[in-house]
Amino acid sequence: MYELATLVSAAFLLIGSLFALVAAVGLLRLPDLYTRMHAASKAGTMGSCLMLIALAIHASDVGTVTRALAGVVFFLLTAPVSSHLLAKAAYSVGYRLHSSSVLDEMAPKEEK
Amino acid sequence: MSVQTIFDFSVTLALAILSLSFFVTIYRIIKGPTLPDRILGLDMLVGIAIGFIAVVGIKTGYALYIDVAIALGLVGFLATVAFARFVLSRGKTEDDILAEARLAASEARREVRAAAKAVAKANDGTARNPEQGER
Repeated sequence: MYELATLVSAAFLLIGSLFALVAAVGLLRLPDLYTRMHAASKAGTMGSCLMLIALAIHASDVGTVTRALAGVVFFLLTAPVSSHLLAKAAYSVGYRLHSSSVLDEMAPKEEK
Repeated sequence: MSVQTIFDFSVTLALAILSLSFFVTIYRIIKGPTLPDRILGLDMLVGIAIGFIAVVGIKTGYALYIDVAIALGLVGFLATVAFARFVLSRGKTEDDILAEARLAASEARREVRAAAKAVAKANDGTARNPEQGER
């Protein structure tokens, strides 16, 4: 049982760090702010949450597990809020989408 | 190959991968053409630091690191919200600032030219120097 928990924890660590790497590469390669935000807020949150879950699996006492899971819930709640706020602020100030984007649903409607 | 060996190896590998993504994110922060890009990079950096803290907490078996991770996440969230408010209240993009600077530079150049012309005319009027007045 203990060995199984150790192996699952090791696997979660590796998967979480790979998600963090994917998020960083997406931050480097994607063309504009709004697409980079997808990489950072989805894959990045997934990575750190997986590593906290690995800590919770590895830990033996209830207090540590509870706090690690509380941390996961906290990040899952705050990451979308902060990146949505940043995107909203950047769009309303006037940062444009990349020229290869096909749809801008927040563009001002044309007069009829 | 025992379970403990596999576990130690994966902890080391996770630390290496996290360092790599840390440096990639720092490159985006340094290069990032606009302010929101840099803010997003800082947000991502906080996420990677939380991952680091979790890995180090597993490696050392020290449970207090989780509290550090939660506090860091709270600080990162508040910092991003505050930066978003700053972007909103600044109200201009880098392109606007560049355009303003270019306008001010051309204005200043025009003023300098006008001042130089006035000085040349004044010299022409008072000195009556034939060598300098021929321009």
